[in-house]
Amino acid sequence: MTAFLQQLLNGLSLGSIYALVALGYTMVYGVLRLINFAHGDVYMLGAFAGYYASKLLHGRLNGGLPEAAVILVVSMIACALVGMLIERLAYRPVRRASRLTLLIVAIGVSLLIENLAQIFFGADPKFFPQILPERMFEWRGVLFTNQQILVLATAVLLMAALTLFIRRTRTGKAMRAVAHNPDAARLMGINVNSIISLTFALGSALAAAGGILVSLNQPSIDPLMGLMTGIKAFVAAVLGGIGSIPGAVLGGLILGLAETFVAGYGSSTYRDAIAFFILIIILLCKPEGLLGKGQVEKV
Amino acid sequence: MKKILLVLAVLGGMGLLQWALTAFLLDGPVRQGPYYYQILMLAGINVILAVSLNLTNGITGQFSIGHAGFFAIGAYVAASVSVYAGPTLQGSLAGLPSFAADSVLLLVASAAGVAAAAAAGWLVGMPSLRLRGDYLAIVTLGFGEIIRVLILNIDAVGGARGFTGIPRYSNFFWVGLGVVAAISTVRHIVRSSHGRALLSIREDEIAAQAMGVAVTRHKVTAFVIGAAFAGLAGSLFGHFTMYLHTNSFTFVKSFEIIIMIALGGLGSLAGAALGAVVLTVLPELFRGFAEYRMVIYALALILIMIYRPQGLLGKGRFLGRGKDK
Repeated sequence: MTAFLQQLLNGLSLGSIYALVALGYTMVYGVLRLINFAHGDVYMLGAFAGYYASKLLHGRLNGGLPEAAVILVVSMIACALVGMLIERLAYRPVRRASRLTLLIVAIGVSLLIENLAQIFFGADPKFFPQILPERMFEWRGVLFTNQQILVLATAVLLMAALTLFIRRTRTGKAMRAVAHNPDAARLMGINVNSIISLTFALGSALAAAGGILVSLNQPSIDPLMGLMTGIKAFVAAVLGGIGSIPGAVLGGLILGLAETFVAGYGSSTYRDAIAFFILIIILLCKPEGLLGKGQVEKV
Repeated sequence: MKKILLVLAVLGGMGLLQWALTAFLLDGPVRQGPYYYQILMLAGINVILAVSLNLTNGITGQFSIGHAGFFAIGAYVAASVSVYAGPTLQGSLAGLPSFAADSVLLLVASAAGVAAAAAAGWLVGMPSLRLRGDYLAIVTLGFGEIIRVLILNIDAVGGARGFTGIPRYSNFFWVGLGVVAAISTVRHIVRSSHGRALLSIREDEIAAQAMGVAVTRHKVTAFVIGAAFAGLAGSLFGHFTMYLHTNSFTFVKSFEIIIMIALGGLGSLAGAALGAVVLTVLPELFRGFAEYRMVIYALALILIMIYRPQGLLGKGRFLGRGKDK
């Protein structure tokens, strides 16, 4: 039982990171019907932004929670700008072209970021500074660290803020309108360009948060770290129903739990294969995802 | 009769070419001859890869980014057949002259590699091709990486050390035949009713379905044929380099093939072949910039898609821009 609870906690902590990254996929897919391949790389940039920010800040804030918060905010802002830049420079010129063109451009952007990162940051892994010294707690035999709690708390907070923003504000409403039908939204006087820009900013900021939270737990970061996480987060978004925000969170949590349990009870070699397996099953049985609405393609 | 003559002419031509290449480059007077020969071989293998991926990505309008995975399966399966079953087969072929025995062994190994790659193509294509194109992209990307990780963990094929001791059976004769086979197969498909179905799927999937085209079946068939040729390319590659390592089969390789066909023009056969040759030769000329190669590829891909989505040789008949021919 303790082992089970332990895995459950680890799985939730991993899953909430997938959920944060999956939100960006699902939001961008909602407004542009595009799989933003570069999203995993924005997550990587988030981790590196945090790495360089903490180097700059070193000694000025004496570690602990305030420093972690500052780094988180800095990296989220930096990645929001990067996300907007990607959208403006690469996706907007081809938005009216076919979806295949858009997809190829997205792959190109992903490749560009990965390789520029390898040149600028160096290809070998870097060690993310230990901002929060790890502390262990025990509750009825279940071990958990302060970092896991921080990851869970931050993730829940950010997701709650996002949900409130989308459901309660005028801008959030505009975003939902664009996702529903961009042309009709434009006719209603919504500035579609700036809403799409904002969607990229929000999604990228969440990915950056995911990158920072992961680096607090597993301090080794490298320019290709976004690749696998990006694919897995996308699987999470598809699992929950792409385009659906609660779906992305649910999908992320399920994927995190599935991976942890497979690694815990089975073999860790197949840990990376489980996401792929889930993707195949979901595409065969329920391609619209758990919480997605089945859509009939119309002419 | 005409066809038999054509096949004989191709075989004779390739044989003659191989003889000339051996005389001039391998044993002959040209300095660095073996190096040029190697570039020629790799160019040929890349042409097979690009032309076969073009069947899915260019002609059917789907998007696969895991071609390196099928390339890897073909290479490793064919090489395993040669290494583990080769000695037994060699015994039973003892009566034949050595080049004939080598050819038989290469054909057997390649057949196994092609079959394995085609089977993998069916497994991957079946669930993902029922849906819209973007799912195929992510499934194939994941598939390519997982195949690589699996191979890395199989000790019988060397794992992380790499697979050594593969006999060198392939030469330009076989690669040339492979190129001819790939190009003529794709050409025939494009001109058949199957090809017209594929083009109709590319132009408008819903309309194609409404006209009674069995969309999924056609897509899967095209995808499996493409995977099979990637397997052939893998077999020829392994039996040429005599050493395989999973580093040759990363997603970077898949992207390289995509850039080859995007550069030449998605859907254009000549474009795919030209793109493959150009992207094999150019990096050799600019070895000093190796570090920036992928950056340049990525930038080129984005700029081509924004400013000339039909590629260099495309005729503006891709992606619904203008009519087919």
